[in-house]
Amino acid sequence: MEKINIIESKAIPLEIENIDTDQIIPARFLKATTREGFGENLFRDWRFDDKGIPKPGFILNNPDRKGKILVAGKNFGSGSSREHAAWALYDYGFRAIVSSFFADIFANNALNNGLLIVQVPDEFLARTFRILNNEPETLIHIDLGKQEISIPGKNLNSAFPINSFKKKCLLEGIDDIDYLLSIKQEILDFEKRIYG
Amino acid sequence: MGKTLFDKIWDQHVVKTIPGGPDILYIDRHYIHEVTSPQAFAGLERRGIRVFRPEKVVATADHNVPTKDQHLPIKDLLSRNQVEKLTENAGKYGITLYGLGHPFQGIVHVIGPELGLTLPGQTIVCGDSHTATHGAFGTIAFGIGTSEVEMVMATQCLIQQKPKSMRISVNGKLSNGVTSKDVILYIISKLTAGGATGFFVEYAGSTFKHMSMEARMTVCNMSIEMGARGGLMAPDDVTFKYLEKREFSLKGKDFTEAVKKWKKLYSNPDAKFSSEISFNAEDIEPMVTWGTNPGQGTKITGIIPDSPENRGALEYMGFKAGESFLGKKINYVFIGSCTNGRIEDFREVARIVKGKKKATNVRAYLVPGSKQVEQQIEQEGLRQIFEDTGLEVRQPGCSACLGMNDDKVPRGELCVSTSNRNFEGRQGPGARTILASPLTAAAVALTGSITDVRTLI
Repeated sequence: MEKINIIESKAIPLEIENIDTDQIIPARFLKATTREGFGENLFRDWRFDDKGIPKPGFILNNPDRKGKILVAGKNFGSGSSREHAAWALYDYGFRAIVSSFFADIFANNALNNGLLIVQVPDEFLARTFRILNNEPETLIHIDLGKQEISIPGKNLNSAFPINSFKKKCLLEGIDDIDYLLSIKQEILDFEKRIYG
Repeated sequence: MGKTLFDKIWDQHVVKTIPGGPDILYIDRHYIHEVTSPQAFAGLERRGIRVFRPEKVVATADHNVPTKDQHLPIKDLLSRNQVEKLTENAGKYGITLYGLGHPFQGIVHVIGPELGLTLPGQTIVCGDSHTATHGAFGTIAFGIGTSEVEMVMATQCLIQQKPKSMRISVNGKLSNGVTSKDVILYIISKLTAGGATGFFVEYAGSTFKHMSMEARMTVCNMSIEMGARGGLMAPDDVTFKYLEKREFSLKGKDFTEAVKKWKKLYSNPDAKFSSEISFNAEDIEPMVTWGTNPGQGTKITGIIPDSPENRGALEYMGFKAGESFLGKKINYVFIGSCTNGRIEDFREVARIVKGKKKATNVRAYLVPGSKQVEQQIEQEGLRQIFEDTGLEVRQPGCSACLGMNDDKVPRGELCVSTSNRNFEGRQGPGARTILASPLTAAAVALTGSITDVRTLI
């Protein structure tokens, strides 16, 4: 996994609440057996009509909107546990998702793929949307080490939570499996103790 | 302070706690299916490691499979490839597979319980958010992503932050025509689609105590639809009776000994929950959803609500605020899924439709949750009842719940569905889903429009 520390980029505002993983990537695109290529169908039915033509009203189709950061309404990633949602966002080019509230399984999936989850207060989110809607060129600065998100020049910043273990993993680019494999003996001892 | 049911099971499975951080949780049972496992197997391959405890993993093919002509090769090449990949991986890593054609095949959350693989006190995971279903047996069961599937295959453990605890109590007797599906849709409508995020829910109270295991599974199944990681109930005599004589359940003395332990699985009277909510069963009526998340539901006799933030959902559904549900024309009905694809659900449907005829405008999918359910439908004479009504019974699978296989609802059509999600496009691009109980779905199949089942019984 790639190490993460600072992410600074323009951001795309998607001011919709309860964006479920079926919207992020519909089930009919889950048939691949590898992790690559899901970005093509990210937000498929919002981005394209039934003939595959991009819908001009959808923000990802606006050529002025670019960036590694997606800012979304609260309860992002609800519903299905499909990790393909995190893969699709990453594959499309996002490296951080900012929202005031995330669904649990999605948040785990994202972090397990080096896609940073930045949970901010409702007020911070509302102000960020206002700024991004009016000024598409605005940069957002995310510092994982300091656990801080800010909008330079706008006097807007906020701390964000992340568990210390996960933070260490992301900063050092190690994954949970590497860690679990390193404590295999303790797992064997546990099995012996509990199951004989 | 006394422990909750959840604490008791969780604490028993903690291998170690990372200082200041999450727990390493040992997993007793890992269910896998064709959609969320291939990348996990590829990960093992890349690392050059084997499945650590293959005997704790059980695989089935359910999401992608057609529900007709299962003896023929799957027509959709990508689906076929995924199912074949599962067969290949199961063989290679020594994992038991109940694949297409096997008498135990079916939806992963239907077969686990019916085979007695799900037992009280276990920790259970699956790369599927409806894993919460197994909580009905007094287990900690929750959905995981593919990286976590790989983790469990590699080490039989997960790194998890202990969630907060919520107890939802429902007391009292349900009225005729009101089912466990209505109870959970009611709860979700009160809590909203994100109302239990960060929590693990325990369902308590006399209403649940009086439910069958099938009904309890329907409730726990939909815990995720209010954001909860999972939901569970204390096991009791109903649970033990269900588990006795199941194919892979414990037998004889082992079973009796296990029951003694399982009887200790309940929340102590002095246990504290981070959140406590209660409802009265008498307040619950048959429910339907009007929007595009499962929290957007109301009683079937109600009207479609109005508020600015709902406009998008109403527009998608083609509904107008203030309209009533009753009488709305419905051309599609789906009865099945891990929520309501068990034998009891089909018995209930048969009770409503017996001796009547399906409405001519309705296209109905009746899809058993497993081969065993399919067989019971046959043996109990339900198939004949359905056929006489004009309803065709298909073969087991996830079917029209998720728009991944051939069973889809056409763009713009409304479908009354016993499944668990009414998200945009869930049942096919542009499809409009109304979630309801099997009784309500049966009533709609007969009348071709939204009907209060209480007028038919």
